[in-house]
Amino acid sequence: MPEQTVIEAVRDTMRAEMRRDESVILLGEDVGLRGGVFLATDGFIEEFGEDRVIDTPLAESLICGLALGAAVNGMRPLAEIQFADFVWPAINQLVGEAARVRYGTNGVKTAPMTIRVPYGGGVRGGLYHSQSIEVLFAHTPGLTVVAPATPYDAKGLLASAIRSDDPVIVLEHKRTYRLVKGEVPIEDYTIPIGRAEIKRPGSEMTIVTYGLMLHYALQAAETVSEQGLDVEVLDLRTLRPLDADAIAESVSRTGKVLIVQEDTPAVSISSEVAAIVGERCFFDLDGPITRLTAPELPPMPFSPLQEAAFMPSPEKIVAAIAKLAEL
Amino acid sequence: MVAFKIELPHVGESVTEAIIGKWLKSPGEHIEKYDPLVEVITDKVNMDVPAPASGTLTKLLAAEGDTVPMGSVIAEMETDEANVRGDSESSPTPAGAKSPGSPLAGRIGTLVQGANVGPTGGEFLDTSLSSPEPGTRPATAASSGPDNGKQHFSPVVTRLAAQHGVDLGTLVGTGLGGRVTKKDVLAAAASAPPSTALADSISAEDQVIEPTPIRRMIAAHMVRSTSEIPHAWSAVEVDVTGMVAWRAANRQRFQQTHDVRLTYLPFTLLCVAAALKVSPRINSSWLDGKVVLKGAINVGVAVAAPEGLVVPVVQSAAGSTLLELAQQLDGVVKRARSGTMTLNDVHGGTFTLNNTGALGSVWGGAIINHPQAAILTTEAIVKRPVVITENDSDSVVVRSMMNICLSFDHRIIDGAEASIFLQAVRTGLEAIVVDTEF
Repeated sequence: MPEQTVIEAVRDTMRAEMRRDESVILLGEDVGLRGGVFLATDGFIEEFGEDRVIDTPLAESLICGLALGAAVNGMRPLAEIQFADFVWPAINQLVGEAARVRYGTNGVKTAPMTIRVPYGGGVRGGLYHSQSIEVLFAHTPGLTVVAPATPYDAKGLLASAIRSDDPVIVLEHKRTYRLVKGEVPIEDYTIPIGRAEIKRPGSEMTIVTYGLMLHYALQAAETVSEQGLDVEVLDLRTLRPLDADAIAESVSRTGKVLIVQEDTPAVSISSEVAAIVGERCFFDLDGPITRLTAPELPPMPFSPLQEAAFMPSPEKIVAAIAKLAEL
Repeated sequence: MVAFKIELPHVGESVTEAIIGKWLKSPGEHIEKYDPLVEVITDKVNMDVPAPASGTLTKLLAAEGDTVPMGSVIAEMETDEANVRGDSESSPTPAGAKSPGSPLAGRIGTLVQGANVGPTGGEFLDTSLSSPEPGTRPATAASSGPDNGKQHFSPVVTRLAAQHGVDLGTLVGTGLGGRVTKKDVLAAAASAPPSTALADSISAEDQVIEPTPIRRMIAAHMVRSTSEIPHAWSAVEVDVTGMVAWRAANRQRFQQTHDVRLTYLPFTLLCVAAALKVSPRINSSWLDGKVVLKGAINVGVAVAAPEGLVVPVVQSAAGSTLLELAQQLDGVVKRARSGTMTLNDVHGGTFTLNNTGALGSVWGGAIINHPQAAILTTEAIVKRPVVITENDSDSVVVRSMMNICLSFDHRIIDGAEASIFLQAVRTGLEAIVVDTEF
């Protein structure tokens, strides 16, 4: 099976979906002539032409508004927000409008649109190129939010997103783009939205995580396994709807949970996972629900030292595992 | 010169710790590689640890008599060899190593070192993906010391205990500070004999009594004592003719002058407290793998109360006079029998005395009152013909004899120490004659 990086898997999947379905159109800043700021759409304008690959002005509200209009009129727009940090101007189009189409029209109309949003830190991006913005969308009924962390999942979930009849926010962690390399089948496949996956089975505690942190968690689990600690790693993959069954099954079995996220803790994905564990696993818990997150600070710092201090790391995860395991 | 940490080498098999014997070199001394450096004692082998390099010993980090885990740093030295490395410093695990054989491994992928992060960062020197420091070890950290006695059980522990009928009070936790973990309950449930349903084992003539809460507590406590403490026993017979005579002569005076009922118990208590002073290990506890010698001598006295056995405590028994002990005993026993004991009356016992002889018993193998180290029973005083040797001539005389029986925690106390303690109590009791001044 060929190996690809995440960005290669994303590129090939978009290309395959555009070849498969003519109603899929691409729009975003620099997605055409420049091939996208991360080169995710490199060569697309040559293959699919200016009618299907649209360079937009620097206006996210326009990108998402256009996508929404096209979607309710029968297209399957695939929009790229250059950096998650820039998505704020499009909040009304996404949260205020796209999320409500199916409900507001009593199911007469739907908005089959996909918004790819590169997010996350650890890239020396500082205050404006490092944010975790998942919570705002994951909070919104009517939106679907996926966050694949591996090339395999990136392909399967992006394909599912494009084929979905409702708006899907696809969060791609920038750091994983060229960092993570893995097997991706050439043939077409999709991964169902709303399904977490146990990326590493274990018996003594469950780490619930997503995005870049999946890889740090797997490293930490590997490290502690050398000292005889058997840690399970559950990759959420979809942030809305959360796979509550998978979370409850795993945590009930292991009795302890460590939730690791790059985002700040208050009212976050980890809060929701903690609530699910509290609601569904209470009588199976053998330790406090534990979180490892960024500190409560507005931005990701730019200084490398401060950035490293801000983000969870394999070392910090190992320490958190040790503390919970010792209990 | 390079500073170098000297580790206690692993000797294989199951040896996990060793006791530092004698240091054969002192700080400041020059040592040659392979010179014997320190004697260590393990449960398998005693050995000399050789110097791992040539240089100067700078600092000893483990004292003679210390118990240290294998692999821990026991000394520091300066060496001129630049490339000496300790045994435990393994090469860092390559970043992104996944457990081989996992079917997911390929799909999860590996991490590309130095990967370009695109338009934000250019070439990227990754500091975050390095392996954790070799020193970071999970499941280490000394426990935070003995629990203050208050037990907390997690939801799963409570649920599993109820489900499997495991008595949590009898479990020894392996978690932090002795916490009972899910694993502990499951292990206890697995090792418990299959319970036969009550209904199967009773017949029509039998009567089933629902135990009172106190009875349940006593039961749990007894199970804990017997399952945790390896009991051993020793007994001596004591000639208490003098004590009997003293009591007979002074009983009325105590009643009239002090309004105290004088029993034999204060005499024993007096002698026990004095003996505990010289045998501190009898007055101790086994806590978290360590022997804690108790500072106070607080002797619990087992009393049969209507509700069940209670053990009021005579605080600071050592240093009290016979009268004071008699008064204290009188007070706590009355409160115990009337159910009006205060918390202070049952708090802080370090040793227990049980006068089983009051009901005619002549020998007993009492169960130790957890977490104490020993319990003494005083048995019935009976007149017996005794052979007495005076001036090389034997004669048979009638004496008042009493057996005293000690149950002791064999983790802490060996038979010889138990005997020394019993002898001290006996000597004290036998020294009492009718005109002893208390």
